[in-house]
Amino acid sequence: MTQRPLKPQPDPTASRAADAENDVPPLEPSPGATTTAAITSYLDESALPYAFCPGCSHAKIVEQLDKALVKLQLDPRRVVIVSDIGCAGIADKYFATNAFHGLHGRSVTYATGIKLANPELHVVVLMGDGGCGIGGHHLINAARRNIGVTVIVFNNLNYGMTGGQYSATTPEGAVTATSPAGHLEHPLDIVGSVATNGASFAARTTAYDAELPDLMARAIARDGFSLLDIWSLCVAYYVPRNKLKASALEDMMESLELRPGVIVDQLRPEYTAEYISTLASLRGQQTIRPQELPQAYSSQLQRPLRLLVAGAAGQRVRSAATALAAGGVLSGLWATRRDDYPITVRTGYSLAEVILSPSPILYTGTEHPDIVAVLAPEGAARVRDRLASLGPDAQVLLGGNVDEVTTPATTRRLEIPTAARSHARRNLSMVIVARLVQELDLYPIDALRQAVRKTQRPEIAELNLAAIDAAVEPPDTVGK
Amino acid sequence: MKPSTRALIDGAEAIARGALDAGCDFFAGYPITPASGILAHMLRELPKVGGVGIQGEDEIASMGFCIGAALAGSRPMTASSGPGLALYAESIGAAEMVEVPLVIVVVQRLGPSTGAATAGAQGDIQFIRWGTSGGYPVIALAPTDVADCYHLTRRAFTLAERFRVPVFIATDKEVVMTADTVSLQRLEDDPFPSLDELEPVVKALKPFGGAELLRYNASSHDDLGYITKDPSTLEELNRRLASKILDHRDEIAIVRADLQDGARSLVLSYGVTDRSAREAVAAARQNGRLVSGLTVYSLWPVPERDILQAAEGVERVIVAELNLGQYRREIERLIGHSIEVTGVHRVDGQLITPEQILAEVL
Repeated sequence: MTQRPLKPQPDPTASRAADAENDVPPLEPSPGATTTAAITSYLDESALPYAFCPGCSHAKIVEQLDKALVKLQLDPRRVVIVSDIGCAGIADKYFATNAFHGLHGRSVTYATGIKLANPELHVVVLMGDGGCGIGGHHLINAARRNIGVTVIVFNNLNYGMTGGQYSATTPEGAVTATSPAGHLEHPLDIVGSVATNGASFAARTTAYDAELPDLMARAIARDGFSLLDIWSLCVAYYVPRNKLKASALEDMMESLELRPGVIVDQLRPEYTAEYISTLASLRGQQTIRPQELPQAYSSQLQRPLRLLVAGAAGQRVRSAATALAAGGVLSGLWATRRDDYPITVRTGYSLAEVILSPSPILYTGTEHPDIVAVLAPEGAARVRDRLASLGPDAQVLLGGNVDEVTTPATTRRLEIPTAARSHARRNLSMVIVARLVQELDLYPIDALRQAVRKTQRPEIAELNLAAIDAAVEPPDTVGK
Repeated sequence: MKPSTRALIDGAEAIARGALDAGCDFFAGYPITPASGILAHMLRELPKVGGVGIQGEDEIASMGFCIGAALAGSRPMTASSGPGLALYAESIGAAEMVEVPLVIVVVQRLGPSTGAATAGAQGDIQFIRWGTSGGYPVIALAPTDVADCYHLTRRAFTLAERFRVPVFIATDKEVVMTADTVSLQRLEDDPFPSLDELEPVVKALKPFGGAELLRYNASSHDDLGYITKDPSTLEELNRRLASKILDHRDEIAIVRADLQDGARSLVLSYGVTDRSAREAVAAARQNGRLVSGLTVYSLWPVPERDILQAAEGVERVIVAELNLGQYRREIERLIGHSIEVTGVHRVDGQLITPEQILAEVL
């Protein structure tokens, strides 16, 4: 008896909330179960006859896949066939299972998303050799990941749907619509590519292989990435141009040193299961929440103050600037902070711009900062133009090994208390920020301490708190 | 009244939090400055709520993962910048055709090609609108600050499911990577009109794995998901893909109109540039000028009704944006025949300053 295909019915009242009604009863046969009638075909007879060209091997592959599904007796509602563009993409409609027909060469990516979202589903990709070319690295990466999907490649050695152009698997010498004097490129070893990159199961065979249903069933049953490269005949284009016969396919494999058979069969952890078990340790942890900075201090700041810290990588400019901004918020101010640094780490400039304001900040630019702290030659070079265009009211404070800069602004050296000098060697930015907070009376130094505790990991915060303590020593120790 | 407690967060964190609160349970993306912060947040946070976060081998794969996950019942999001948007292009069309709800965050950076990775810009506004084949309308929302990032991301998920379309968050490096002070109250109170009580527009997507056999198709298809060339079916499908959005454009429209009686000029802006526009409007008024301001939060479809209302009676509309006039052309199309439309533009990676806009108003 043929299972009547179920087709989706339009349901205007359906909604996401109604998913509960959509729950699948456990229909997959358990060993020894006798109550569920066996499924004798997964084909949708109403979709027949096949639209393939007469003699095309694709129809054979479809029928072999049906036999494989019958062997496995999978619940059709748990099977998703994913196809893409090319003659292989005609095949999904013959199956009374779930199906998605997507973009050329991307079927493996959809299959991956489906499997990740619902690991209960059996996902079978039907794609052509064209899809293996345009989507080749999806194949390699899916194999590497060992995502639990099965890829059935309908490899007819050329692009049948668009007129018989050469594909990634066209053998050298073959005549196609785009290789009139014989193909010049070496064919892609699909099976070898996925096998060498971690596929759990991969085999090469032909559409005429009597063992194909068994091989397909093994591939689908495999809990990991599996692929079958099934060589077939394109009777419309490849066969008339190259006089290929079904009986010659295996010889052709041998001559190309792409031998038939199971090339890899190894048990490796399947990605989705690995993801679930590895990341289970994070399950239930508190998700990210904005770090609350309730006002506990106050500031006398009357107008927005724009500060620019121009240092070098390794000076911890960014974390000091974050503390400076957070201390402002703890003191009832509004603050913004943005950074500028090169793509490399621990080398080159590191800039941080902080705006502190008694009212909400709209414009966040700082091309005319009120205060520029220059802590390193790299930072000085990065802000050279901004230093040159500062007004006379702006202040430039020099720290670290920067002795002079060219600017019309008032420039002075930021003195560091003796007690802070050892901290300054390792943590100049925090020392400078603490001096700025104190000298400019931006807000109470305790607000900065509190900001450090709130925004930094305990071991880092401890170093910074010590730096702040040393930096705000009484003024009589300054500069001695 | 005691002021609400404040926090210092950047747009990446606000978008991630918004996504989590919207029930996002799937994220796939590929690293790219300035969007990598969102990728890192989502891959760290989703396992905590039983979701899945994965870094694809490229943006094409990431979008494919998202589409597949949506078809299997997840609520996906991805985030990238202009170069990644270029790779998303074909899949955006697939998501439109399959009617898959998903949220795409575009953190714009300067220039064509690789451009300047760490320089902000708003240069992908028309690319977002016309970035895939066929030319179908899209929904795009543009946050101006971290509170907008949070609320508009949540809204994007609602709209994506309401219309079964990809919805864009069109933001930029400055909003996403600048830490900004936000009151927790603003994160609490959604300033935008509720979408809760509206009649459904399309039936919800049924995920694979339920009681029915389902068939979805990125090629032109009939109601059952089978490929078709039937002209009447094709016309109905293609008109519906457009009309389901355009017929609801007024519902999708969200703007902030700061109108002044007798205003001679209207300053229109969006995203990070709107912050400078608001300062400029305030400064112009202090200078005795009559001037209105309009913040466009829903860039696509163009909120035409609101723009026409705001421009009523003004002599000039000034459009400020970090590109060479991409949204200005929409305003010219709408009102250029009767009202002068000028622009304040910048493409050097720096923000447009309030002074630049003010100079245009005065």
